[in-house]
Amino acid sequence: MSIRRFSGNRLSEDRLRDLLLRGMAGDSGAYHDFLKQLSAHLRAFLRRRLTQLPDEVEDLVQEILLAVHNQRHTYNAKQPLTAWVHAIARYKLIDMLRRRTGHEALNDPFDDEIDVLAASDTEAMEAKRDLAKLLAQLPDRQRLRIQYVKLDGLSVVEAARMTGMTESAVKVGVHRGLKALAAKIRGGT
Amino acid sequence: MKTDELVTLLTNRPDPVKTHAVGRRFAIALGSGMFAATTAMVLLLGVRPDIADAMHLPMCWMKVGFPALVATVALFAAARLARPGMGLGHTPEALTALVAAVWILAITVLLKAVPAERKELIFGDTWLWCVLIIPLLSIPLLAAAMWAMKGLAPTRLSLAGGAAGLLAGSTSATIYALHCPETGAPFLATWYVLGMFIPAAVGALIGPRVLHW
Repeated sequence: MSIRRFSGNRLSEDRLRDLLLRGMAGDSGAYHDFLKQLSAHLRAFLRRRLTQLPDEVEDLVQEILLAVHNQRHTYNAKQPLTAWVHAIARYKLIDMLRRRTGHEALNDPFDDEIDVLAASDTEAMEAKRDLAKLLAQLPDRQRLRIQYVKLDGLSVVEAARMTGMTESAVKVGVHRGLKALAAKIRGGT
Repeated sequence: MKTDELVTLLTNRPDPVKTHAVGRRFAIALGSGMFAATTAMVLLLGVRPDIADAMHLPMCWMKVGFPALVATVALFAAARLARPGMGLGHTPEALTALVAAVWILAITVLLKAVPAERKELIFGDTWLWCVLIIPLLSIPLLAAAMWAMKGLAPTRLSLAGGAAGLLAGSTSATIYALHCPETGAPFLATWYVLGMFIPAAVGALIGPRVLHW
């Protein structure tokens, strides 16, 4: 395992925050670096917490990445990124544990101030749940737009021509599709 | 799908994110909710006929101002709770201070009044209307506030639902104050507060179910 500790959390906080803000402005290279580095931090964070459930780690990393992506419009640039990411990670972690146990009332053992960006682990495990399969279950109108724009990398204009939709309908379709994918994960499929 | 593939999928051709998403969403919700509630109030109840005269009385301003201030605090709380990791800030203290101020005023008025008038000061002629109409008028506002919250990312769902409910209830009370003929501070401190907190309780109760994401 290649766990690397950063000299200070400030360092990752500032670097990741910069990447996210550039990504939110439309810089896809910066956004790619952001999600890639964030996934390594999340993996290390979850591995320390889910020592009894190591098989769940990679699935949860993916679920949190999708949540971070879908809700990134709620990040306020004045807010510490660590607090924002930690709140999302904790929310999804507790949600997963509830789904597993079926308990509504669950003691929260994760309410400590441990820094979600403190450590990094780039060694991904195999995810149990295949998001590609869940993606294939989405209705065509959502799936095709994600396929064209996100997988094939067509521009919104090209995807609009392929599907006969307006450009804004393609954009909204991609967004709704990714939200529907997150809902499918929650459905426990 | 491997995690790296997911990262590539999510970051391929990203849309620029619109700024001020939280503010815009609450503005749309509050605007449409207020329109619906105000229309319902004007058509079904009517603005009080003596509103022009009443506007010279300080109590009339207090009756509109108090729920409007509560609504402002609730809006701040809701906008914070809509963002992961923001917490409540100083909104609980601000809310407590507002309610305490109105209660202190109400108690002062009651102590100064002759005992025979006290009951009238608290109940007025329309207390039952007040506790019924404020929650009823708040229904479109509650639906709109929950819609706004649902499209954001609350992580404390009861609190977020409660803040959305309080926003709906206090905005509804502000609108109802334009109809309500009562003039006593004890009335305001009792029935307006109760009327505002019923939608807040409903919001807190349905929050975990409705706001889950």
